[in-house]
Amino acid sequence: MLKGCAGGAVIAGASLVLPGCAGPRRSARGPSPDRFEPTQAPAVSGAPALYRFVDRLSWGASDVELERASRLGPARYLAQQFTVAGAGGLPDAAQQQIDASGIASVSLPALIQRLEPLRQANDRQPYQQELNRLGQAAATRHLLRALHSPQQLREHMTWFWLNHFNVHMHKADLRAMVADYEDQALRPHALGRFRDLLGEVVHHPAMLRYLDNEQNAAGHLNENLARELMELHTLGVDGGYTQQDVQELARVLTGHGLAHGDQPPRVRRELQPYVVRQGLYEFHPGRHDFGSKRVLGQTIEGRGPYELSQVLDGLAAHPSTARLVTRKMAVYFLGDDPPAALLERMRRMFLHSGGHIGRTLEVLLTAPEFTAADRAPFKDPMHFVVSAMRMSFGNRVASDLRPALQWLNRLGEGLYNRQTPDGYPLGAQAWSSSGQMTSRFEVARAIGTGAPALFRRDDAPAMAPPPPSLPLPSLPPPSPPPPWPALAQSASYAQLRPLLGPDTRAALDATRSPADWNTLLLSSPEFQYR
Amino acid sequence: MQRRRFLSHGAQALAGLVALPFCARVAAAAPADTPRFLLVFLRGGYDAMSLLVPATAFYREVRPSIGLPWAQGEARGAVPLDAAWALHPAAESALRPLLQARQIAFVPFAGTDDTSRSHFETQDSIELGQPLNTRRDFRSGFLNRLAAALPDCPAMSFTDQLPTVFRGPAEVANVSLKSVPKPALNPALSSALDRMYAHHALGRAVQEGFEVRQEVSQEMSDPSMGYAGEMQAANRQAVSANGFEQEARRVARVMRERYALGFVDVGGWDTHVNQGQLDGALPTRLGQLARGLAAYADEMGPAWARTVVVVVSEFGRTLRENGNRGTDHGHGSVYWVMGGGLSGPAVVGEQVAVEARQLFQDRDLPVLNDYRGLLGGLLRRQYGLSPAALDRVFPGARPRELGLI
Repeated sequence: MLKGCAGGAVIAGASLVLPGCAGPRRSARGPSPDRFEPTQAPAVSGAPALYRFVDRLSWGASDVELERASRLGPARYLAQQFTVAGAGGLPDAAQQQIDASGIASVSLPALIQRLEPLRQANDRQPYQQELNRLGQAAATRHLLRALHSPQQLREHMTWFWLNHFNVHMHKADLRAMVADYEDQALRPHALGRFRDLLGEVVHHPAMLRYLDNEQNAAGHLNENLARELMELHTLGVDGGYTQQDVQELARVLTGHGLAHGDQPPRVRRELQPYVVRQGLYEFHPGRHDFGSKRVLGQTIEGRGPYELSQVLDGLAAHPSTARLVTRKMAVYFLGDDPPAALLERMRRMFLHSGGHIGRTLEVLLTAPEFTAADRAPFKDPMHFVVSAMRMSFGNRVASDLRPALQWLNRLGEGLYNRQTPDGYPLGAQAWSSSGQMTSRFEVARAIGTGAPALFRRDDAPAMAPPPPSLPLPSLPPPSPPPPWPALAQSASYAQLRPLLGPDTRAALDATRSPADWNTLLLSSPEFQYR
Repeated sequence: MQRRRFLSHGAQALAGLVALPFCARVAAAAPADTPRFLLVFLRGGYDAMSLLVPATAFYREVRPSIGLPWAQGEARGAVPLDAAWALHPAAESALRPLLQARQIAFVPFAGTDDTSRSHFETQDSIELGQPLNTRRDFRSGFLNRLAAALPDCPAMSFTDQLPTVFRGPAEVANVSLKSVPKPALNPALSSALDRMYAHHALGRAVQEGFEVRQEVSQEMSDPSMGYAGEMQAANRQAVSANGFEQEARRVARVMRERYALGFVDVGGWDTHVNQGQLDGALPTRLGQLARGLAAYADEMGPAWARTVVVVVSEFGRTLRENGNRGTDHGHGSVYWVMGGGLSGPAVVGEQVAVEARQLFQDRDLPVLNDYRGLLGGLLRRQYGLSPAALDRVFPGARPRELGLI
């Protein structure tokens, strides 16, 4: 019984009877109704509206995506975004790369255990190299899915939550944890209930380590996670909490940390029932402050790990959280200053549905405002890079995405690379300065000329030379240089062309080199907006 | 380079905006006697009480493991600046020549009236420079308003993105010098793009971006003072140049040649855990910062005489150490003022003793020197801004004289 209540947690010792029996991670509402049939249809009539619908819902319009949407029709296309679970459906070459990296085939505790001898070695370089490899593999997987997954809405929202619940992979060993964080805590709940997502995030080792909560203990308070949990993750800075609330929440959070070693922590007999271990997460009752607390006017009785569950229920259901989260989603999809009436409808749905992200998104995606031509959200670097690659390369899978990861870093929006917990800004002003535009054009140039570095095969030099007695094998002929993307002949361009202004058309028409033509199209003012 | 933000001096004099601005002589490049201003933002809320160490017993009592002892005889410790304050040795060693020349001063109890203790909220507060109790314009940073008040003083943000402090109607370029920038696209493509954006809202930013990239990459590749020069300069240092020191030298080189107003930020100060005492994470960071700023002063050459640098951070940290040999978000901080033309004591501004009864909300350093008054007073001296012009930069603030310039 306890196992189910605690979301699969192993609770040592005797049984605990708790009111509501809410496990530490999830709300008491039962399993997340992640998949559902939308009841509304998108407000799409005509090709330009379909183009905008696809371009805004997904990581960017491409021939592949436009074909899928027009084959299914907007209503079924949208329904599929909500009804299909998981992260499958990738092109084989993309899935093989993910499988080969090994990041999905080992559990987080096993991975950390495997790294332990490297960490303790005198020469720390192999340890750092392996951490770098793991971080890069996670970022590569994220990008492969953004580029190629048919579940575009889930991928789009996974980045959104990754940014909302930001962690920085260059802190400590977080490079080993980001893959698990993204795949276990975020992606499965990206379209589900906010409360479930919040519970997974707050109990995940990556977040507990990133915001120092593994150090937070009774009598040795550390406020870091407590403050950001209210300021950034839920209520917002003006959401109605005080310094006193931060300190009280920090007390609630004491003892939530990371497991060390195989043995459960040694605690006094009467505390043993409160020990929780799940994977690398641990609740250590010996470090917890069991006194009663008062958070946001509500009294929290000392109940060990379940206090946090009670507080998270309150935070997730708080009107300030509904306001913050729905506004942020609207800005993400529609840019600065989203329409007030739409915000109000989203806010109401969020509250009415018990904080259901998918239902709230349905309101946004089916609103007439979503496909309106008078709105034009400016692409941040992630949207720019991914949409340019999707349009240029379609489902041609890059064999080496490192150059693309590097572009994102250079443009200031690298994956898992935001140092501070606020995540990257979403507004246009942050990404449209003079220096930003210049760097963006250079990336457009790289993609427009076919980005051969993305498609090189770097496994060739690793081949062992043949023994001297054998004749040299006849090498396969070098693969031809990748062609420039034929953007001018693409279906996406046919859709985009009528939306181009006279200055852009004139510049394109005056250009003969296909590579320059591609560069100009991807650099054009029209392509910078969704 | 074409600067599109110039007003004629005559028009400004008629409007009574400014006593004739010093930057008036700036043409294509900025001569050595142009007054310059660089704002350095330490993002993350640096622990000022590990830099400037008070003499009180209370300080030692509430920081049993991270508090710094004062240096005594051979024993390492903070180096006394006056009877009340001492400086962390990691910073002091790099700053010693500037201290001896009285070209650096520290302002304790400095900060804002924003008590949210939020990094992001308080950084915004400072960068906007607008009174908290009014409806603030989030698209108007105080350095942008300063650039507008000094229309012939070219401004540059040495960052990857344009920070809030420089946002607003005055066109300000940005380029990060963490690495050496390369020239952008070939001329045919850049002029095609210029034409594409000719009637677009981003047109000016696009054109500016190409020009700045061109100039800065030229500056860096000029053999007389470019990349080769940088390498030589770095090799002369006893300690090899770290990231910020190199970046600060590049910033100095570009400002020396072309810009009067500048901004750069340095991250990594949010020390909740094991911040270190004499050695450790924070002392390393303080040492890098101090070496970088000393390198900036050195690289400015003759232009240093008319340059002012101010170092700020969003807030100070709790006076008491937390349970993890770190510190949590607090209130009052310590700002730095540096410049070749400074003269004054090493610690300035309103002060009280660092004692329990003086703490703000029984946990933090109080703010006695408001950032707007402090910066306003310095900028008034540096640029001779009229009260009306100053009021546009910091609306409603009363400029404070520190007696440094």
